[in-house]
Amino acid sequence: MALSYLRSSSSRSVNLLKPLSSSLPLRRPISTDTTPITVETSVPFTSHQCDAPSRSVETNPKELLTFFRDMALMRRMEIAADSLYKAKFIRGFCHLYDGQEAVAVGMEAAITKKDCIITAYRDHCTFIGRGGTLLEVFAELMGRQAGCSKGKGGSMHFYKKDSNFYGGHGIVGAQVPLGCGLAFAQKYSKDETVTFALYGDGAANQGQLFEALNISALWDLPAILVCENNHYGMGTAEWRAAKSPAYYKRGDYVPGLKVDGMDALAVKQACKFAKEHALKNGPIILEMDTYRYHGHSMSDPGSTYRTRDEISGVRQERDPIERIRKLILSHDLATEEELKDIEKEVRKEVDDTITQAKESPMPEPSKLFTNVYAKGLGVESFGADRKEVRATLP
Amino acid sequence: MAAIFQGVGAAAALPSSPSYSFDSNKSVFSPRRSFSVRKGASFAVVRSDGTVNLNPKDRRAQLLISNAVATKADSAAASSSSKPGHELLLFEALLEGLEEEMERDPHVCVMGEDVGHYGGSYKVTKGLAKKFGDLRVLDTPIAENSFTGMGIGAAMTGLRPVVEGMNMGFLLLAFNQISNNCGMLHYTSGGQFTIPIVIRGPGGVGRQLGAEHSQRLESYFQSIPGIQMVACSTPYNAKGLMKAAIRSENPVILFEHVLLYNLKERIPDEDYICNLEEAEMVRPGEHVTILTYSRMRYHVMQAAKTLVNKGYDPEVIDIRSLKPFDLFTIGNSVKKTHRVLIVEECMRTGGIGASLTAAITENFNDYLDAPIMCLSSQDVPTPYAGTLEEVTVVQPAQIVTAVEQLCQ
Repeated sequence: MALSYLRSSSSRSVNLLKPLSSSLPLRRPISTDTTPITVETSVPFTSHQCDAPSRSVETNPKELLTFFRDMALMRRMEIAADSLYKAKFIRGFCHLYDGQEAVAVGMEAAITKKDCIITAYRDHCTFIGRGGTLLEVFAELMGRQAGCSKGKGGSMHFYKKDSNFYGGHGIVGAQVPLGCGLAFAQKYSKDETVTFALYGDGAANQGQLFEALNISALWDLPAILVCENNHYGMGTAEWRAAKSPAYYKRGDYVPGLKVDGMDALAVKQACKFAKEHALKNGPIILEMDTYRYHGHSMSDPGSTYRTRDEISGVRQERDPIERIRKLILSHDLATEEELKDIEKEVRKEVDDTITQAKESPMPEPSKLFTNVYAKGLGVESFGADRKEVRATLP
Repeated sequence: MAAIFQGVGAAAALPSSPSYSFDSNKSVFSPRRSFSVRKGASFAVVRSDGTVNLNPKDRRAQLLISNAVATKADSAAASSSSKPGHELLLFEALLEGLEEEMERDPHVCVMGEDVGHYGGSYKVTKGLAKKFGDLRVLDTPIAENSFTGMGIGAAMTGLRPVVEGMNMGFLLLAFNQISNNCGMLHYTSGGQFTIPIVIRGPGGVGRQLGAEHSQRLESYFQSIPGIQMVACSTPYNAKGLMKAAIRSENPVILFEHVLLYNLKERIPDEDYICNLEEAEMVRPGEHVTILTYSRMRYHVMQAAKTLVNKGYDPEVIDIRSLKPFDLFTIGNSVKKTHRVLIVEECMRTGGIGASLTAAITENFNDYLDAPIMCLSSQDVPTPYAGTLEEVTVVQPAQIVTAVEQLCQ
């Protein structure tokens, strides 16, 4: 398809110019080219209590390149966060998402910003997917006031209300009832939108999940529970934590779908299918089979409970970015050079943002007491030394 | 202290108020409650309900009564000689408040166990399911953790759920949701989300209900930053607090008491709310300030009768707002009487009384003539046997003895 375009546009070009001009027309059309391409997912979907969607996914060059760029950005961002943590710019807890980018990116491709997403603490990339900026991410990680939560939330509390991203939650599993509450509100206001409540394989053993699932199924809520199964709940492998690791089947009466979470197109297909299902028939569970390269958090090396061979094996065979890269190259949508350029550009963007974030100011001390209450009460608040630090809550 | 703006009634003096059974024909005045500012009378809407500002020109705002203090009978507004208002029981007052708010704002919904078709285990939601339908009055399964979480999630988008715990003690199962998500989300999101949820339910020591059903959760929740806690004690303030809580943008926990649901009182016909952060002056006095809330208010008033006969003049304040404390009203009272007795139903250790003692000592130490006395329940699980249960809780005789000791 690209070749035919080339032939038509350069009908008058000399043979000599062909190799030079071959790169130019190729770059311009791809960014807006929406000619459909059909790709098969890596593995077929496994379903529970429903009919699996087809393996063939429709996509187009523009989308594939967006996938590539977004995932490269997310990957670069997480690796940069790793270095920042080791350099003590980021403190506390920092949970990195590299390896799982396909889930965030594929999900965004299937839904709108009116649909809600809520996730746990591995939320940096999901936040970017929802339209958050790199500066907000790095500033929040470093506790600056330019951060998305004004520096008061931290790594585990990213929120973006205007694009319906509801966080960012530290307690394992607590976000699932919240997500079902979001779905309830959507049903209440008859929005025709859905909520994706993400949780991990570790959280899948929480009781409140089943409680929320029961209520969602009872009230027919448009809730989609997405289990990002990276096979390790902190340091415990899934076979040691769950009697039945078929998380997509755990809904029992609620249908489920198992998806290859390293294939952004499979994720996109599954989320599209789930959205249609949820709007008609109520809750559905998606299990994304994915993998994280880092440990659970920065305090976990990630190699005490799994072998380095396993990690590098997954990286070689299932890496989401490599997969899209191969797709793009095989369909001749861009050259290796161009993809490398994109990665360089992304790297530069991340580095520039980090510099900017490092220079941005910390929050004012008076901000300690803001936003405790909405429309404050003039309440007095005390610090650690009750005689000294006093403020009237604004 | 209270600035009265609209006509009737004496200006600025603390209206005296007899007990709860009084004919509450209150004059229409709306004081502006503010800790730092005591400006003159202004026709402002009350502080706790920013959302009332929506219709400043609404005639209803003019009739809004925010002061919870009952006026004297003789200073009553120029109403008819026949008794105005209507009489009802406390649970009916709660129901009325809830119903009015649900009519007024379509975002208000109720969630809880048996609130819908059953009508509520204490009949506080009776008839609502039939009137508003299954989507606004939701019967939940027995899953406090998740339905409280769902209420909070719905509140994040702008709905205003009223979550009922069948007994406050059951909300211990939802502690994580209440503490982390309800209280803290406004802060950790940098102000992006408000959680206008109301969590309500009966608590306190009942009639031989056993240890697990006689819990006083106000002491467990009091440290959670970001929530407000109020305790109702009369039909008048029950309805007022319920309405104010629903209109508030902050998460509010409304503590009711199992034994107070059948109290009868005459309440005004017109629309009114009670300020969420204000304490109620039950009986002005000179000798000692008695601070109390919820059911203990009635034990205190009973003791007050005995005390008056003995020649004492106690000032009784129902603090109503458990978080934050109304240190303004309390402070003024302490400055007047110089002696404080706190009577509460919480346990001695870590209860509301303990925090209140600390707050008063720090702020008003110079005005105290004697150390603060705090009468609380015993630090034991509430036993089943009736005689033992009586001893767990503060009784009027103990209150009388304490006042006599304080006033020596």
